[in-house]
Amino acid sequence: MNRQIRYYEAILEATDQLMEIDPSIYVMGLGVPDPKGIFGTTSGLEKKYGPDRIMDMPTSENAMTGIAIGTAIAGMRPIMTHQRVDFFILALDQLINNAAKWHYMFNGQMSVPLVIRLIMGRGWGQGPQHSQSLHALCAHIPGLKVVMPSNPYDAKGLLVSAIEDNNPVVFLEHRWLHGIFGEVPKEIYRVPLGKAKILQEGSDITIVAASHMTLEAWRAVQLLKNEGISVEIIDVRSIRPLDEETICASITKTGRLIVVDPDWKSFGFASEILALATEKSFSSLKCPPVRITYPDRITPTSWKLANHFYPTANHIALEIVKMMNKPLNALKIAEEIRRLADLEPLDVPDKEFCGPF
Amino acid sequence: MKSTSELKTSEIALSLSLLHEMVRIRLIEEAIAHRYAQQQMRCPVHLSIGQEAVAVGICKALLHSDYLISNHRAHAHYLAKGGNLPKMVAEIYGKSTGCCGGRGGSMHLVDRSVGMLGSTPIVGGSIPVGVGLAFATLLKKETSITVIFFGEGATEEGVFAESLNFAALKGLPVLFACENNLYSVYSPLHVRQPSQRDRVGIARAHGIWAKSGFGNHVEEVHLLAQEAVAHIRDGKGPAFLEFDTYRHREHCGPNFDNDIGYRTPEEFQKWEKKCPVALHVSKLKETDLINDLEFAEMKAAIQTEIEEAFSFAESSPLPQFNIETESPYAL
Repeated sequence: MNRQIRYYEAILEATDQLMEIDPSIYVMGLGVPDPKGIFGTTSGLEKKYGPDRIMDMPTSENAMTGIAIGTAIAGMRPIMTHQRVDFFILALDQLINNAAKWHYMFNGQMSVPLVIRLIMGRGWGQGPQHSQSLHALCAHIPGLKVVMPSNPYDAKGLLVSAIEDNNPVVFLEHRWLHGIFGEVPKEIYRVPLGKAKILQEGSDITIVAASHMTLEAWRAVQLLKNEGISVEIIDVRSIRPLDEETICASITKTGRLIVVDPDWKSFGFASEILALATEKSFSSLKCPPVRITYPDRITPTSWKLANHFYPTANHIALEIVKMMNKPLNALKIAEEIRRLADLEPLDVPDKEFCGPF
Repeated sequence: MKSTSELKTSEIALSLSLLHEMVRIRLIEEAIAHRYAQQQMRCPVHLSIGQEAVAVGICKALLHSDYLISNHRAHAHYLAKGGNLPKMVAEIYGKSTGCCGGRGGSMHLVDRSVGMLGSTPIVGGSIPVGVGLAFATLLKKETSITVIFFGEGATEEGVFAESLNFAALKGLPVLFACENNLYSVYSPLHVRQPSQRDRVGIARAHGIWAKSGFGNHVEEVHLLAQEAVAHIRDGKGPAFLEFDTYRHREHCGPNFDNDIGYRTPEEFQKWEKKCPVALHVSKLKETDLINDLEFAEMKAAIQTEIEEAFSFAESSPLPQFNIETESPYAL
């Protein structure tokens, strides 16, 4: 069997291997050299590269983003990290007004090779301000690229591509993915920005999923494996640029579309995919497409409330059987969703986890 | 050792050079104001008329290898740093030959060949970018320093304090150059900051060398800038300078606006008497460093340059929109 490492180790390895060969790369973020090392993703790097390249920073998200932009203009390749997406909201001015536009507004005379690693929180009471996703907001802005790897292989390959890219790239890690294992080659390789992956081929339904929801989609298909439904799962990997070709080809083949997005429903990534389907694959659609997302509500903290907030594999399975007109199965799954939501907390990625994040 | 006469020659040359650059910027902006009604310059223009001494006095203390980052009122900074005039005028005309090929306009001026690395109109937004440039020179062990121009309004932004903090923390080679022209658009300083506010004190509280001066006296500005630049080049960390000054024209546009009621005609007249160009001209005339004829010749030569720049801009082609070439991404 090929080497298996965890998602956080894949991020650490990509950073380390590129820093070895390119002295212009440095890492900056609150807690980067601390004992926890951004959930292990920067652990040990300060010892190897020193505090000039593995930097802690003042709690000044906006200015530090501008400072990273300034160094990028001057030829450095900064990687910024924030332990929650929510903290980075303070820096949207620098991201949107400067990072995204500097190359264009000065007519291509400068570029901003900047990677911003953001971690999306979930579970264990992360609540209103430790759980937000920003991929739709960032992807709305021309000049930014946005990627969301769902597994260790893509985490390493996309991070390599993001660091080597000459544009600002927002790299979103879901906190529930850091611990998962996957096959990762030891050598440097690249997963191209803007290329989706067909995780499983199928002919009845297309599921387009992002980040952690790709895992839930996979689990949903396992739940239904004896139902005779052929599901194609597309892990979108890049939100922007978006791999329209792969998505539309799949919709053309299956005629049915479900989008699973770890974000709010309205005006988001899922809506964008539905717009794409109606604009470019309308005649292929056999039934209305479906969005499975967070409800348009603020993330609650109590596990009893949060159990009803996050869609699970069962929610996805439910929409699959409804779309395939299997009402009896739907009733059974809906009952299971209600039972599990009331039974126990669904606020950890696995049973061994005992908090806090 | 230089002889006294040699030193005097260099001082005279400096004084005349400061005058030339201020007059040049004044005449360029007056030409923009004069032609603005033709509606060929179809973008906002924030004229520096009245504030030239700060830009000229500071930039005279810099080298082309030093970096400059600026704000919406950028013409004087760009020109004082040595930015290409025809490309600036063409940019304001939205032409393909402009310094940003028509993508930026008056508020986005750049000329990398002289270290003018850009201006942006989000108040305070360019300050950390300038600090980042200074940080990069430190990381790469280069000797350039970075000057960041901003108004007193930008000191009300959180990112200003964040930037001072980091510059001081790392001892960065950066000069924070604050132009206090008393107004943020039409909002006077007294409705925005407490009357006893001491911005120099704010910089010092961050551990930054800081001084203030009269921004309409170009030699005073230049002496303070030289002191600040020497401090920075000696590796003693960042510096902060604040200069009192005044814009003569409206916040944005070619006209005077003393009639609309946000400032008094008396206040304007008081500052007009302290016009930086007039102050310096009268000083040079009093000391016989320039006479009326020489001054007229200086202005005539500048006018020729200005005519050429506007001809270049007017005769240049407009850019063509193509969705592919308008990509925001770098390759």
